[in-house]
Amino acid sequence: MKHYRAHLLVCAGTGCVSCGSFKIKEALEKEIKKRKLQDEVQVVATGCNGFCERGPIVLVQPDGIFYQLLTVEDVPLLVEEHLLKGRPVKKLMYVPPDEKQPVPKMKDIEFFKHQRLIVLRNRGRIDPEKIEEYIAFDGYEAMGKALAEMTPETIIAEISASGLRGRGGAGFPTGRKWAACAKEKRTPKYLICNGDEGDPGAFMDRSVLEADPHAVLEGMVIGAKAIGAVKGFIYIRHEYPLALKRVEIAIAQARDNGLLGEDILGAGFNFDLEIVEGAGAFVSGEETALIASVEGKIAMPRQRPPFPAQKGLWGLPTVINNVETWATVPNIIRRGADWFQGLGTESSKGTKIFSLVGKINNTGLVEVPMGITLRDVVFGIGGGIPKGREFKAVQIGGPSGGCLPAKLLDLPIDYESLTAAGAMMGSGGMIVMDDKTCMVDIAKYFLNFLQDESCGKCVSCREGTQRMWEIVRDITEGKGKESDLPLLEELAQVCKDASLCGLGQTAGNPILSTLQYFRHEFEAHILDKRCPAGVCTKLIRYVVLSEKCTGCLSCKKACPTEAITGSLKEVHSIIQTKCIKCGACQEACRFEAIESQRDEAIQVI
Amino acid sequence: MDTDKTKIQSLIDNHQGLKKNLIAILLDIQENFNYLSPESLRVVAKALDMPLIDIFGVATFYRAFSLTPRGKHMCLVCMGTACHVRGGPKILEEIERKLDVAPGENTKDGQFTLETVACLGCCAIGPVVVVDGEYHGHATIRKIGPILAKYQKPEAS
Amino acid sequence: MAGKKKLRIQDLAKIREKTKSLMTIREGEGRARVTVHMGTCGIAAGARDIMDALLDEISKAKVQDIIVTTSGCAGLCSAEPMATIELKNQPPVKYGDLTPEKIKKIFVQHILGGQMVTELVLAVGSETVY
Repeated sequence: MKHYRAHLLVCAGTGCVSCGSFKIKEALEKEIKKRKLQDEVQVVATGCNGFCERGPIVLVQPDGIFYQLLTVEDVPLLVEEHLLKGRPVKKLMYVPPDEKQPVPKMKDIEFFKHQRLIVLRNRGRIDPEKIEEYIAFDGYEAMGKALAEMTPETIIAEISASGLRGRGGAGFPTGRKWAACAKEKRTPKYLICNGDEGDPGAFMDRSVLEADPHAVLEGMVIGAKAIGAVKGFIYIRHEYPLALKRVEIAIAQARDNGLLGEDILGAGFNFDLEIVEGAGAFVSGEETALIASVEGKIAMPRQRPPFPAQKGLWGLPTVINNVETWATVPNIIRRGADWFQGLGTESSKGTKIFSLVGKINNTGLVEVPMGITLRDVVFGIGGGIPKGREFKAVQIGGPSGGCLPAKLLDLPIDYESLTAAGAMMGSGGMIVMDDKTCMVDIAKYFLNFLQDESCGKCVSCREGTQRMWEIVRDITEGKGKESDLPLLEELAQVCKDASLCGLGQTAGNPILSTLQYFRHEFEAHILDKRCPAGVCTKLIRYVVLSEKCTGCLSCKKACPTEAITGSLKEVHSIIQTKCIKCGACQEACRFEAIESQRDEAIQVI
Repeated sequence: MDTDKTKIQSLIDNHQGLKKNLIAILLDIQENFNYLSPESLRVVAKALDMPLIDIFGVATFYRAFSLTPRGKHMCLVCMGTACHVRGGPKILEEIERKLDVAPGENTKDGQFTLETVACLGCCAIGPVVVVDGEYHGHATIRKIGPILAKYQKPEAS
Repeated sequence: MAGKKKLRIQDLAKIREKTKSLMTIREGEGRARVTVHMGTCGIAAGARDIMDALLDEISKAKVQDIIVTTSGCAGLCSAEPMATIELKNQPPVKYGDLTPEKIKKIFVQHILGGQMVTELVLAVGSETVY
């Protein structure tokens, strides 16, 4: 390895890659060569930096300068000014919303300032495809310690004492799960890493697998020693091609270096890993369904007990943890249970990664200590709602979770508080919604998702989600009845009581929590045939606000059905009979002159 | 037809002909042939010594598999929650109108297959449309026409 | 299985030691920061050779937690090529009229040894860099 005076860390997570970060990397390398800096400056592709909203991102170290929203055209300027002349380029830096001065250094940006990186400690810092860079930052140290100095009992005791709980959904104590499996006499035993991240709006597992795959491998070897497993499987959904590739590389490198396979690190311990690619089924995130899927079968859950720790893969004792949990393990072993204990709240220890998405200024991935309030995440780190709009709700926990309103913004984020409020930790998706989001539409969205993804085994879930979706769909189309709301509540309850797995048991949550906090919106749809947020197409019509319209013709050009009349500098108007409510005019208007209003033609029965 | 059989057999062999690798085998066939033909399912059933119904069950359960040939271009619209609140459904409607096709179907000329996906995990650039693996972020109704045209054009000439 | 030598537990520490010094830069930390002034005048006066010699010395000495950056013209073009050395918790020291030999001496005596090369010093303490 060579000494370089500057390292350009180019984010190569899926978010940035889809914005063209590999092209930026190529352009940087070309320009650096052109300026003969190739022996002084190194360009590194790292995993997801987290601030996805601002991609493509390049961090220049040692200066800590954060460049964002880069284009290939910016590259020559960046190289000449910053790398050659040492003058950081202001115009490529991040400018916080409503401010004028850029913030040059990454550590000073609000989005990063309040985060506490443990699982994501290597993000944007190492090249995930180079094992020696992982080792440089204390990688595999915990594994060495576990293999050489610890017994299965002391490993489990350490994990139990840390208070670590599963990061994939229900929050079951990891130490207890391992202890149950270690107790089993039957062999061989297996490990599974659940990387079937199916919650829409959650992408932390993808990011960990992409940014720091060796952390997952290391955690699994430690777990293997603890329970006496010989073989592990990493299940990754096939929608994540980059994660699949990086884990494949990591496994090959680890094997090559004697960190996987036989006689790991010369400590006499054998363990190997295999990747299993998912084929697209939300329910396979449920652990018994996941087992079936790893076995090559239909991902249908089965009754528990027996739990996988007793009867798992091919009927043998199996521990399943999700990606984030496995990646947390080496940190606990390396730094000790006491250190981990010191982070978080009484019952929820450590940090948690959240994906902060939706109507939020700073979209991205954030790792924060448990117990932080929703407000600190949404407004402190997230920078609030775009265009100064009003915060309406945050949806937490995916399709099993719920929508929490503004009055709960000061709720601390921990397993118990979220569940008590009608949401759940889930995998950590946080979808922020503003006053232009219709809560009935959101309920419809999740029910549609669930009725589509229900595996069909239990009638309560198969028919229940379908029926609930139909009812809510009717409500959004102005066909709702007052009796629908108690019926929905009843159906949600039955679905909860009579379904086998987590999907069905929690399928009622999206509807129950929206009904709890946003019942008035349902009533507006049912009683007044009105969608307050202006989303439900059947209940609205688009109108031009004459006081705002400048007559610029933009909307007229955008309209696919020629439903807009008016000539240049004349207030336009929409012919309702021709309008198909596609929304193209509203999108095209730069003056917010097109509004969706209650469709007066709708009959209130 | 026979070459297909050989090819399928080699894909099965890549996975040691193990029952547990059924999903991986089907994913490979899907990728190579663009769909799972009835013939290919029979070959797999025979090679793995499994009832055809079990193979069919798996092939119809998972979203990644298609039992009918897919169009030349795959147009994938993200329907994740983040994309949804940012206007994903309007984008999907526009594509449905432009291509005159419903999700899960092929266009009449066989050029496009329209599919939706629950989440691609790149919520920052939502709404997202992916055509042939190429990501188009911050999609708007007005961008859809030009995006699709990019893939339609070479065919016309 | 073909492949390279399998690692032992003690090897991990060795790799860590070897690579970590190269990686400290990514954390923006180091025992010293050297700024080579690379304005047009600096480059014309030979700043590039100074940079090359410096990086070469750093590699040879295997003490790689030293941050090397560039900056624009330092404003004293007649004394180019110039470099500023900042040891941790010490005021910056400016050197001028550098040659590869001089920067080597500065590297050994000042950066590694902590002793200023007084005869080459232009100024101690100064306006801060941006």
